[in-house]
This record gives sequence, C-alpha cells and structure tokens, in this order.
Amino acid sequence: MKQVSTLPAPHVGETGSTTASTADDVVAVPLRHPWRWIVAGALALGFVALFSSLWTNPNIDHATISSYVFHPRILSGIGLTLVVTVVSMLVSTVLGVLLAVMRLSKNPVMNAFAWFYVWVFRGTPLLIQIVFWGYLGLLYSQISLGIPFTDFTVFSVDTNTLVPAFTAGLLAMTLNQAAYSAEIIRGGLVSVDAGQQEAAASLGMSPAYTLFRVVLPQAMRVITPPMGNETISMLKNTSLLSVIAVLELYTVATQISSQNLRQVELLVVVSCWYLFLTSVLSVPQYYLERHYGRGSARQPGPTPLGRLMSSFRKGKQPESKGPVND
Amino acid sequence: MTDALATHRTRPAAATASPLLVASNVRKQYGSVEVLKGISLTVNAGEVMCLLGPSGSGKSTFLRCINHLERIDGGRISVAGELIGYAQRQDRVFEMNPREVARQRRSIGMVFQRFNLFPHMSALENIWAAPVGVKKVPKQQALKRGMELLDRVGLAHLAKAYPAQLSGGQQQRVAIARALAMDPQLLLFDEPTSALDPELVGDVLDVMRTLAADGMTMIVVTHEIGFARSAADNVVFMDGGVVVESGVPAAVFDNPQHPRTTAFLNSVM
Ligand SMILES: Nc1ncnc2c1ncn2[C@@H]1O[C@H](COP(=O)(O)OP(=O)(O)OP(=O)(O)O)[C@@H](O)[C@H]1O
Ligand SMILES: [Mg+2]
Repeated sequence: MKQVSTLPAPHVGETGSTTASTADDVVAVPLRHPWRWIVAGALALGFVALFSSLWTNPNIDHATISSYVFHPRILSGIGLTLVVTVVSMLVSTVLGVLLAVMRLSKNPVMNAFAWFYVWVFRGTPLLIQIVFWGYLGLLYSQISLGIPFTDFTVFSVDTNTLVPAFTAGLLAMTLNQAAYSAEIIRGGLVSVDAGQQEAAASLGMSPAYTLFRVVLPQAMRVITPPMGNETISMLKNTSLLSVIAVLELYTVATQISSQNLRQVELLVVVSCWYLFLTSVLSVPQYYLERHYGRGSARQPGPTPLGRLMSSFRKGKQPESKGPVND
Repeated sequence: MTDALATHRTRPAAATASPLLVASNVRKQYGSVEVLKGISLTVNAGEVMCLLGPSGSGKSTFLRCINHLERIDGGRISVAGELIGYAQRQDRVFEMNPREVARQRRSIGMVFQRFNLFPHMSALENIWAAPVGVKKVPKQQALKRGMELLDRVGLAHLAKAYPAQLSGGQQQRVAIARALAMDPQLLLFDEPTSALDPELVGDVLDVMRTLAADGMTMIVVTHEIGFARSAADNVVFMDGGVVVESGVPAAVFDNPQHPRTTAFLNSVM
C-alpha cells in the first residue's frame, strides 16, 4: 500500500527547530546549591573524625587486621559464603517463580500448597529453620526411598551422610528464600497489564510461553530491585549458618578469634569483606535493571557515576540534545 | 444475508459465499447478568462485518467469545467449520485444554482498542515473536516477513522503535501487522481507533480498508460510520445483548427499521 500520508517528514516543523540564540532567549544564571557543599563538608569531617578515632585506638591491633584480611582460611570462608549465596539465590528464584505461578493459578490444590509453603517458611525464624535442617539427623536417622507403610525400600542412607552441614545450610537458605521470592515475583506478575496476556493468547501463545516470553520479562522490572535487596540479605544471613558449623566467612572468623582472642580485629576483617561483597553484588542488579527497563523509558538514564557527577554540576543537564537542523 | 450491490467496494464480492464464522444462539453471562442473549450471525469468507451498538451492548464480549478469551454459556461458535473452545466427538461435546485453544487462536487475529503491544520488544520483534515462538517459522524468514508487514502499514523506518516511542496510530498499525504475521483466516477489531487522537484515526482506517480490499475476513467493532459505510459488506447493530438489526450498510444507515437503531445513529452521526 502507498499510504504513509500522516508520517511527517522529519524536521520539517517550523517550531522549536533551532537553538541559535535569539533576542527572545532567556540567558539564565544556573541555580546554585551552596547547602549541598556545606552538608557534604560537614559529613566528610565527621567521618574523618570517626575513622581516625578508630585508627588510633590502642585496643585495635592493625597488624592483626592486615595479616588476616587475605588469610587463606578467611578466603575459603568467603568462597563458601559466595557459593551458598549464589546457589541459594538461583535455586530459590526458580522455586519462587514456581510458587508464584501456583499461587496465581486457578487450580485450588496448587494454590493452597503455595499458600501453605509461604505461610510456613515465612512465618518461622530463619535461625530455627537452619537449626532444624542441621539437626535433621536427630529427627530421621535414616532417609530411605520406598513405598510408605510397607517394608519395600529402594535405598536407605544415614541422614548425616546425605545431609552434611553444608547441604543442610544450603537447603535452609534456599527453602526460606523461596518463600520471600515467591511473594516478590507474584507481585511482579500481577503488576503486568492483563491486556498483555490477552494479546499473547490472541496470537496463539500457550500459557507457559506467555509467562516466559511476555509476562515475566515485564515483571522483571518490578522484581529486580527487591530481589537485589534479597540477595544482599542472603549474603549477610549466611553468617547464621555458623550455628550449624558451616565453614563460611563468619564461622571461620569466630574460629580464628577463639584461638588468638582478637575478636574485634576479626570482626573488622569480616565486616570489611561483607561490605565489599555487598557492593560488588549491587553491580549486576544495576545492569539487570537497565536491561529489563528497555522500552519503558524514551532514553536510558545516566550511569550512577554520571548521576553523581551531574548532581554536583551547576545547572547543566547531562542529557545531550539531539541533532538540530535549520 | 444478501450480498450488496455495493459499487463502492473495490474488491470483487466473493463468488461463492462460504461461511467462515457461524455463531448460533451465543449466550454469555457474568454472574447473574446475561450480557449476550442469543447472538446468531454468519460472516462469509472475504467479507467485512461491522458491529455497532451503544456502550455495554456486548460487542466486545461477543468478539472475545469468538477467540475464546471468554467462554460461552450457551449456543455455539465455529470458525472454518471448527467448533471454538470445544471438541465434538459423536454427540458429546468436550471442553478443550489450553493448548488446543491456543492452536485455534492462531488462525484468529485480534486487534485491541488499547493496542496491547509488548512494551519490552521493538516493533519488529512484536511482529516476529509469535510466528517464531508459536508456529516455529525460521527466524530469518519471520524477520523478512516482519519487515514486509511493517512496510505494508507504512512503518518500515520504525522497525527498531519500542512501543513507548511510537504514537498511538503507529502502535495500532504495528498491532495490525503483528496480527497479520500469524496469517489469520479471520481478523477481529475491537474499536481499533477509539483510543486515538482524531488526526491519527485515518491512517489506521486506511490500513484496514486495504486489508478489506485484499479480501481479509474481518469483524470490526467501531463507531466510525464512514468506515462501516465504505468498507463493510454487512452491518450488525446490537443492543442489550441481542442483534437488533442487520443488513448492508446502505440499508441500515439510510433506512433503519428499528427505533433503537435510529436513536443510536442519531447519537453518533
Ligand atoms: N469481566 C466482566 N465481568 C462482569 N461484567 C462484565 C465483564 N465484562 C463486561 N461486562 C459487562 O458486560 C456488558 C457488555 O460489555 P461489553 O464490554 O461487551 O460492551 P461493549 O458493547 O463492548 O461496550 P463499549 O462500547 O463500551 O466497549 C457490560 O454491561 C459490562 O458491564
Ligand atoms: Mg467494548
């Protein structure tokens, strides 16, 4: 067909097509922000004072801190902390999607199961769940596969062999996180306009294909920021696994300090590492947000560094103007 | 329904009228409110039917029943001889599972009042997503077809744009191209121009006229009397969940038989 009549040829408009300064232009002195500088200065001074008082404190042995920051045992603890965090987050996200979909389904059995799961795992303290999985051997000394209420068994193993402390910790973190993630993901799915599912259905997409191709990618915009929070919580909560002696960062640190009695120094080491790791983990979140935000804004926003710089810059906006023709 | 002596039609009238959509005594209720009270109508292959009626008369509901976005509570709807949403074996009727319904919907395209483009996909991806994902068309082929369709609706230069970067009229034309990409036998339009600024309505209607001239079978819910007059083979006027009047555009618009039709036409013209 020939008809393209209404598409205006680009840049033929008579209005606003020039930026050349004319007599009508307002030449403004950009707004200044003196208070930003004053508050920033005061805060900087406060932090310097705090850190110097810690640094010069005679009760803190800096040599211990620096000798343990890259100690092999600490590093292996970090490794385990990261493994638990990453594996638990990934598996719990998959479980969370499953639970969220079950919760939203019209099937009353699935719906009730998902509700019950979230009720149990969100309603009891994480610490108690960790201890529970750690002490599973006390509850069931043997785990066997067979037909219930008969003597027929396929195999049977000692619980403590099948579920060592590390596996118990992984289970506890994953199952608990799945309950929280399920609610976040459900919120995200519900936030997607119902018209999207109708459009997908009218194109012959199956419910599962619609979920993965149409609904979830849009829900990710809503899901990603709280899931970033959850990841950071997860990283810090792995320290609770010390109660069942999983050799993650905090457990290792307490073991070391119980030998050399340098509790404060090791806490400083551990805190610095947690701070570093949580900072690193916010980077992928930022890029996930940018990725799933595509199409929602007319232009991608500035990077964090650019934003920080521009907030101090006076008046001038970071966005560049498009090409202008006369 | 008699075929028109419609001189305004640019395409040849179907020589042998073969019914594509047959709805008989379709009933639908929400709770205790009956919204469709027995709708019976036929649309022949290659014909354009315009559905008119006041707000709340059940036009959208009927359209959504045709591709089983709503399940009907009585009567039957068949497209190309196939019962929609149900399978008949011997003399018993079974409800279809979602996969079978999805298969049926592939040949029935729908264009929505609020466009419902996928906002996270570019215009082009909106078009190729379903053919590739649902019909397993090779991606290269689907991309090529997508560009052709965009060209057909006059938007080839905006293939990479996201829906948020397009005007309403452009979005609706992409939505039409998206529906066409599945090669539907039947296209349903639910007030495709009601959400558009007046100056953008013409483009969308022009695309629809071209489709009609090319022989696409379409059911169009619209308040655009001018479009119905020039593009429709048949006009159906609905009110209160029943068909009040139907016939060729000239008859219904120039010589309405029912007072409710007259009142409605006076209110929109
Ligand atoms: N999901 C629903 N639940 C309950 N009632 C509904 C639902 N959808 C539609 N209805 C009712 O069904 C009736 C018909 O609605 P429908 O949307 O089909 O009307 P319409 O003819 O398309 O009107 P409009 O021109 O305003 O779009 C209305 O009274 C509406 O309130
Ligand atoms: Mg409607």
